[in-house]
Formats: sequence, C-alpha cells, structure tokens
Amino acid sequence: MVARVRGQLMVPAGAIVLALLVGAVIIILTSPLATGGFDPTLPLVTYWAIVQGSLLSVNGLIDTLVSATPLILVGLSVGFCFKAGLFNIGGQGQFLTGAVTAAAVGGVLSGAPPFIAAPIAILAAMAMGAVYGLIPGFLKAFTGAHEVVTTIMLNYIAIQLVAFLIQGPLRAEGSSFARSADVGNSAIPVIINMAGGHQAHLGIIFPFIAAAIIWWVLYRTTIGFEIRTVGANPDAARYAGMRPRLLIVLAMSVAGLLGGLAGASEILGVSGYMPAAYSTNVGFDAITVALLGRVHPLGIVFAGLLLGAMRAGAGLMQIQAGVPVQMIDVLQGVILFFLAADIVVRRVFRIHAAAGGVEELSTVTGTYGGKTTASQP
Amino acid sequence: MNGLFDVPVLGLVFQLLDYLVTVVTLNGPIILALATPLALGALSGVMCERSGVVNIGIEGMMLASAFVGWFVAALAAQAMPAAPSAFFGITPALLIGLLAAVLCGMLVSALHAWLSISLRVDQIISGTIINIVAAGITGYLDVLFSTNPLPTAGKFAPFVPPDVLTGLPLVGWLFKMFLAQGPITLSVIILVVALEILLFRSRWGLRTRAVGEHPKAAETVGIDVIRLRYRNVILGGVFAGLAGAWFTLDFGNSFQGGMTGGRGFIALAALIFGRWRPVGAFLAALLFAASSALGIAIRTTPPSGELGTILTSIPEEVFAALPYIVTIVILAGVVGRSIAPAADGQPYERESAT
Repeated sequence: MVARVRGQLMVPAGAIVLALLVGAVIIILTSPLATGGFDPTLPLVTYWAIVQGSLLSVNGLIDTLVSATPLILVGLSVGFCFKAGLFNIGGQGQFLTGAVTAAAVGGVLSGAPPFIAAPIAILAAMAMGAVYGLIPGFLKAFTGAHEVVTTIMLNYIAIQLVAFLIQGPLRAEGSSFARSADVGNSAIPVIINMAGGHQAHLGIIFPFIAAAIIWWVLYRTTIGFEIRTVGANPDAARYAGMRPRLLIVLAMSVAGLLGGLAGASEILGVSGYMPAAYSTNVGFDAITVALLGRVHPLGIVFAGLLLGAMRAGAGLMQIQAGVPVQMIDVLQGVILFFLAADIVVRRVFRIHAAAGGVEELSTVTGTYGGKTTASQP
Repeated sequence: MNGLFDVPVLGLVFQLLDYLVTVVTLNGPIILALATPLALGALSGVMCERSGVVNIGIEGMMLASAFVGWFVAALAAQAMPAAPSAFFGITPALLIGLLAAVLCGMLVSALHAWLSISLRVDQIISGTIINIVAAGITGYLDVLFSTNPLPTAGKFAPFVPPDVLTGLPLVGWLFKMFLAQGPITLSVIILVVALEILLFRSRWGLRTRAVGEHPKAAETVGIDVIRLRYRNVILGGVFAGLAGAWFTLDFGNSFQGGMTGGRGFIALAALIFGRWRPVGAFLAALLFAASSALGIAIRTTPPSGELGTILTSIPEEVFAALPYIVTIVILAGVVGRSIAPAADGQPYERESAT
C-alpha cells in the first residue's frame, strides 16, 4: 500500500521535474524572441515569477484557488469519464454551454433576490452542461460513434453557439463589444476581497464538495461500482447484468454537469458577464489535471491546485520574465507527455514501485472504430 | 422546370437542390481545396490504422507541420530571396518549407509510433498528447512571433488550366475544380489513387492489412509487425506534414495558433465514413468540404427568391458549425456499419522466444 502510494506520487513528481527541464530548454531557445537577447538564466526568472505570483503571497494564494476552481471541476469530469472507460475531450464545450446558460439565466434574474438568483443560474448551467455531455454519451452508447471525435466536434459547435447567442439574442445594449448583460444579483457572492482586484468567490468551495461527492459515488455506491466495472472491463460488466449503455450515458451526463458548473462559477463568480469570444483551454488543461491526479478525486484536487498555481503565476511571469502566458500551455502539455510516457520518468528517477497506471484507458482505445466493447488481445 | 419551384414547401426543396448544384459547380475549386487537408489527414490515418495504430494526433501533426513549414520557408526566404517562378510560383524557400513540414510530420509521427508501439502507451492518449503539446508550443511561438513579425515567404500559386477546358459546357467546372489548384491539392488526387492501388494491389499493402487485421498471424508468416507499424506510421506523417504545409504554403501564407480548426478530427471521420479506404476517404472529405463551402457560398452568392430569404436569415454561425455537425451526424449514422481493421488500437506484444 505504502509502495503503491509512493509510486503514485513519484511518477507525477518526476513528470513535473522533467517537464520543467524541457520547458527551461524551450525558454532558453526562445529567449531572443521574448526578451530581445539570448538569456540562459531566463528559466529561473520565469519559474521564480510563477512561484512568487501564486504561492508567496495571500493575493497569489487567492488567485491560485480561483484559477484552480474550473480546472478541478473539469478535471473531475474527465477523471469520472476515465473511470467509466470514456475519454471526455469535450470539457471545453460543456464548460461553454454551461457558461452561456449561466450568463443568460443570470442576466434575466439579475434583479431577483441573490439567494434565489445565483442557485437557479448555477443549476440551469449544470443542467445545460449535462445535456451537452449526454449527447456524446448517447451517440457512443447507441451508435458507436467514439466520444473522442464527437466531443471535439461539439467543442467547435459550442464556440459557434456562444458566438451566435452573445452577438444575437443575449447581446447587452450599450456596450462597445459583444457581451451578455451583467449578472447583477445572480453573481456568486465574493467571500474574500483584497486590494488590487484579488477576489475569491464562494464558488472556490465547489471543487472540494464536488470531489467529495464524486469520490463517494465512485467508491461507496453501487452505481459507482458499476461505472468502474464498465470502465475496467465492459464485457464482464455486461455478463454481470449491468447495463453499459445506460452507464455510459450517465457518466457523460455527470461529466457535462461538472463542466457546466465550472462554466457557471467562472461567469457568475469571476467575470460577471460573458463576451462573444470567450476563449478557454480548460478542456485540454483538465486532461492533464485528471492524469496528473492519477484519475482519483483527491489527486485531481491537488493536481488542479498545482496547475491553478501555474495559471495564477502566469501573469507575473509575463511581466517579470517577458515570457508569454502561453508558456503554461507548453508546460502542461509536456507534463502530460511525461505522465503518459511514464517509463521515461521511471528510468530517469529509477522508480521501481508499482505506480498503478490507469487501466481503464485501454477501454478508451478498445472501443475506437465502433466496437461496442473493448476486446482484449 | 421553373414551375417545380413554385409548388408549396416541396418547391423550396427543389430550389435548395438547384442551389446546391449551383454551389458545387461554381465553388468546385474551393471545395477541392478545402478537402485537401481532410483527405491528406485521412490518408495519414489510412497508413496508421490499416496497420493497427489509431492516430488521433493528426490534428497536432498538421498544426506542428503548418508552423514549421511557414517558419522554415520564412527563414529560407530571408536567406535566399527569389522571384516566384511561373510554374506554381515555386521559390527555393517554399520548397525548403514544404520539405521541412513533411519532415516535421514524420518526426511527430515517429514520436507517436514510439509512444504507442514501443512504450505501448494507450494510443488515443498518445495522440491526444501530440495534439495538446503541438497546440501549446505553436500557440506559444505564435505569440512570440506576433510581437517579432517574420516576413512571409509567400505561397504556391494555383495552376491555371487552359480556357479551352474550363470553358467546355457541362464539364468545364470539373476541369476547373480539379486543375485550378495549388501543387499540394493537385498531388492529393495522385496520392489517393496511388495509395488505393498500393494498399489493395501490392505486397506492402497485403502485409499492412494483415498486420492491421491479425498481427499474430502476420508475425507467424515472417512479417515484422513492429517494424512495419513503425514504417507505416512514420510514412503516414508525410501526409500529415503535407496537410500542414497546405495551411501555410498553399492555401494561406501565414500561421495562426489553432488554425487547423479540428480538421484533423474531421479527417478521422472521413476515414471512418470512407471505410478506411483512400478513395472512400477522399470522397467523404469532398462531402465535408462542400458543407464548409456552403457557408461561404451563401455569403458570396446567395440564392434568389424565397429560398434566398430563408438561407440568408440563418445566422452565419450555423454554417460555421455545419462541418462539425455533419461530422457528428455521419459518424453516428455510419460507424456501426463501417468496420475498422480488427487490430486497430491494440498494441502488439511479441511473444518471447523461450
């Protein structure tokens, strides 16, 4: 047990260390573009700025929690699907449909009493996210269309849907750019308010509640057991009398619901309105979060906090080191690479402990190409 | 003929069909051009999946190659400026860029091969990593180069077919569609036919299909499964690299972050819709491209009459989303009936010779 937990921690830690090294090489190579001159010390300046901007001040910690909120929620969404043998790359679409719903309902209820308006807007966003997750779940269960392609297509459709709604029916009067109306009383209340615009909304507790519920559902309920069985071995699940199709639809809907909640917490808690070109990378980030957290709710919380810290520190990094915030996307991608190629990490750091990889992943590829169940070779 | 258009409701359907025919005949060249990255992506998928390796990473391979092709061509153009030749507007810089894009495609494919064949990482995870890393790094570099702009190397020029051919009644538009194209698009047609023949009529094709359907049986008759899979996946990278070069050296002449816009995934849908055959995938790519072209056509040449009022009142976002919607509908309708190679997605483990 101890060895297993240690293995589970060592591989992610090793992946992060190697990713920081690869990131350092990229930063040095591109330093002439970022700062105007070749600068081999730039990685140290960059990484120190990230740490400073995220962990070494109260403001930084607040920003970290706020940035981590959508990452953990969508990370849980991706992780929950992994447990069911599904790969949800549709976090972005589920987030966006939830966000635009929160903006619409929140805008309508902006004059209603706060304790009614905010919950209704959040619930509406969660419902919309669940519907948007249900679509690929249904398609997978009943037609065999693999969720990896359908969820990505739905992401692009969601971007167009948001653009249409915000430029059309939801556009607020009297603003210089296309955006929805202020959510007013539907806003999630601010619980911490520091000088300089560093605020935390009540929604920062959502990921922790969600993680606890997801853990309870997965490991303490029959439905959770069935979902994990379907993910580990769909054939065995069917022979045991479970209904894989129903479980697939259910898992994708729950995933969408979490994505919708993440969208709502960003609109109602952070921005207060939605612009037409709302750009988010949360769907991809969440995959890194889920795998870094070893597809376990507790691990996902820590992984989300870590990547949230990187996002929170990105602003200071750009100011102090001149490295664009997109460097965080690079680092996350490289972390993900080393997590998957964990054999590299193990060799470099001589980790022998069993790391307990994610067995359900074989179901993800096994059902590609319309096979309804994964057949083991 | 025109009387049909006045029938209530049904008349609208006739008007729509008539308009669709007009769209296809007028926009043939743009349809084939837009089909190019989809078809090339699907060919890359054919190479991988026919030998049993799922390749979700085509999108990332295209994106990386699009950037590298543009970047290397721009550097080469600075080092050796040259006037574009009359033949496809070729300059040394463009050729070097094209070569770099293809090499980049092969290199990223080699990474996918190493991850999925040797390390036996889950193949969909491996492909997804390639997509995320490619989007991350090219997005980062795009931001850096937008503050330090690099002059473009230009792009290939389309072939100008003789008026005698394009002016022909009834079939003239076909000549225009298939000939008035840049070099990468023109090569697609040749590559599709060549790969179809090779896959089903050559020794390599037979071996590839054997490895994709039943690797153990293939190994017992002396085929090196691992080696063939490596070779095919890396060669598949050539097509992904060409598709990337199309974005920045043929269709456009500059790079933007995320410019592939999910086409790598639509290519996978075309592959499935085309039943894992090159010609089928190419026809499917044409269909997807036509759905993209419809949105363009309605903005540039809207239909007249009642149909025009209806179509132009549909928000442009609907047409922008149309290729993605068509992809989902086709996947949902077709997947069950389109059979993937039996060993697609399964890592191969050689039995130990003890």
